[in-house]
Amino acid sequence: MKFEVLKTSVGEWLKGTGPESDIVMSSRVRLARNLAQYPFVGRASETERSEIEDFLHSHLTKTSVGSRLEYTNLGGLEDLDRQFLVERQLISREHADATGARGVAIDPAEQISLMINEEDHLRIQCIHSGLDLEAVWEQIRGVDEEIEAVVPYAFHQRWGYLTACPTNVGTGIRVSVMLHLPALVITRQIDKVFRSLHKISLAVRGLYGEGSQAFGDFYQISNQITLGRTEDELIAQVADVVPVLIDYERRARDFLLQETEQNVHDQVSRAFGILRTAQTISAEETMQLLSRVRMGVLLGLVDDLHVSDVNKLLVRTQPAHLQKMRGVDLDTKDRNIERARFLRAYFESGSPDDN
Amino acid sequence: MQCQQCDKQAMFHITELEAGEVRELHLCEDHARIYLNQAEADSQQEDSDTEGGPLGVGQTAKELSEIDQLVCDMCGITFFEFRNQGRLGCPHDYVQFENELEPLIANIHGEVEHRGRRPNRQKSVGGEVLPESTEELTRVIGMRKDIRNAVEGEDYERAGKLRDNIQKILHKWHAEDLKG
Repeated sequence: MKFEVLKTSVGEWLKGTGPESDIVMSSRVRLARNLAQYPFVGRASETERSEIEDFLHSHLTKTSVGSRLEYTNLGGLEDLDRQFLVERQLISREHADATGARGVAIDPAEQISLMINEEDHLRIQCIHSGLDLEAVWEQIRGVDEEIEAVVPYAFHQRWGYLTACPTNVGTGIRVSVMLHLPALVITRQIDKVFRSLHKISLAVRGLYGEGSQAFGDFYQISNQITLGRTEDELIAQVADVVPVLIDYERRARDFLLQETEQNVHDQVSRAFGILRTAQTISAEETMQLLSRVRMGVLLGLVDDLHVSDVNKLLVRTQPAHLQKMRGVDLDTKDRNIERARFLRAYFESGSPDDN
Repeated sequence: MQCQQCDKQAMFHITELEAGEVRELHLCEDHARIYLNQAEADSQQEDSDTEGGPLGVGQTAKELSEIDQLVCDMCGITFFEFRNQGRLGCPHDYVQFENELEPLIANIHGEVEHRGRRPNRQKSVGGEVLPESTEELTRVIGMRKDIRNAVEGEDYERAGKLRDNIQKILHKWHAEDLKG
């Protein structure tokens, strides 16, 4: 993996392009698949896990999609590099923290990643910037079919594609969109929105932070059910609710501008001010402030800054990205100092790559 | 905070009041769902003691503990282990524990029949059309275990035969290790 190349790019999900990208950060679909001839990962022996990795790796290279991807053996990476991949959403935190034989194959555009020996033998993920679920589904379906032509996935007449956890059985599909909903948070409507989503069996979680405490107003909406409906129906279930949420958020933003412009302008300006001048700053605070500034940019309250800049900063101020850029391991205290220095330099020159 | 059952982050923080005692649970999404489904099935059981059928409904504690002792013929996982970990052991579990999993799956998904995409199977090496279900291929897991037992018992002839059979099945399904 050419991390040196990756560290100065931002990857697909933060490009800030695509339909509705002022609110929808990214659209993602993942499929859970397993080989029929092996126990699931949690029950496989060390030898079996290696065999599974070898089998999938060697068969993937026989497909046209597989040959375009770059394969990385995760066991052979430093913690920092695995963390780096988590921050870019190319592997899951569980996949990074696990032990034993496991790997990931990533395409150069960072849209597709194939996780081997995560909770299931194979997890296929596809991410696009903005609201683009149909195109994501088309792409991932093609990848899945190509792999299935050379790999016999475990399948049962009645239960469909078989997965380690019964919560994924059937289609094995998880459809999710990541939304930036700062105005719904400020106007305290977000809980109401979430309650109504739960009623139609959609899951909501904050992108960063623990439990319900989300940092930076980024939320991921996804389907919970995977069995008894077609993939198209499950995608539609998520896709249908997104325009409604977009509409709520836009209305809340309009309301803020009309009713409390001075307040909002003040909040955004203060957030920007802290980011430009702080001497030490945590990842959480950075996320909160960048969220405010991002909304400010979209409301026309901030000059000389683009949404794509804010998106870039969202990922590049994360712990592993900062350390990769600096080229050394840093503890939390030093990271906070380094993060503040990086932000000041970015806003001064607008070009952090010279830093 | 970490889930009490696995390494994932705990998303659900449940406080149970049982006979005046407070018990706190911190679970990830998957384990919470399994726990809550179990709790629901248990409370249904209290309401109805004659109804037959799915897990926890109308079954006595003795019957439930018998279910926990069910073992998969292929991977050897018990139903109890599955309930504890929230993860199944191998694809055959869906066959072996079909009756026991059905109420759980119905609770999670509200449905018990796959309606999505199905595999488009190529022909086997012998030219016959392979079935949708991969159960035959999954039986290899049990045969590998039989080989280990045969070798332990120094029955090398049997081990050799099993190895040949496994190769035949893998070959038929185009599932041989490419490295040979």
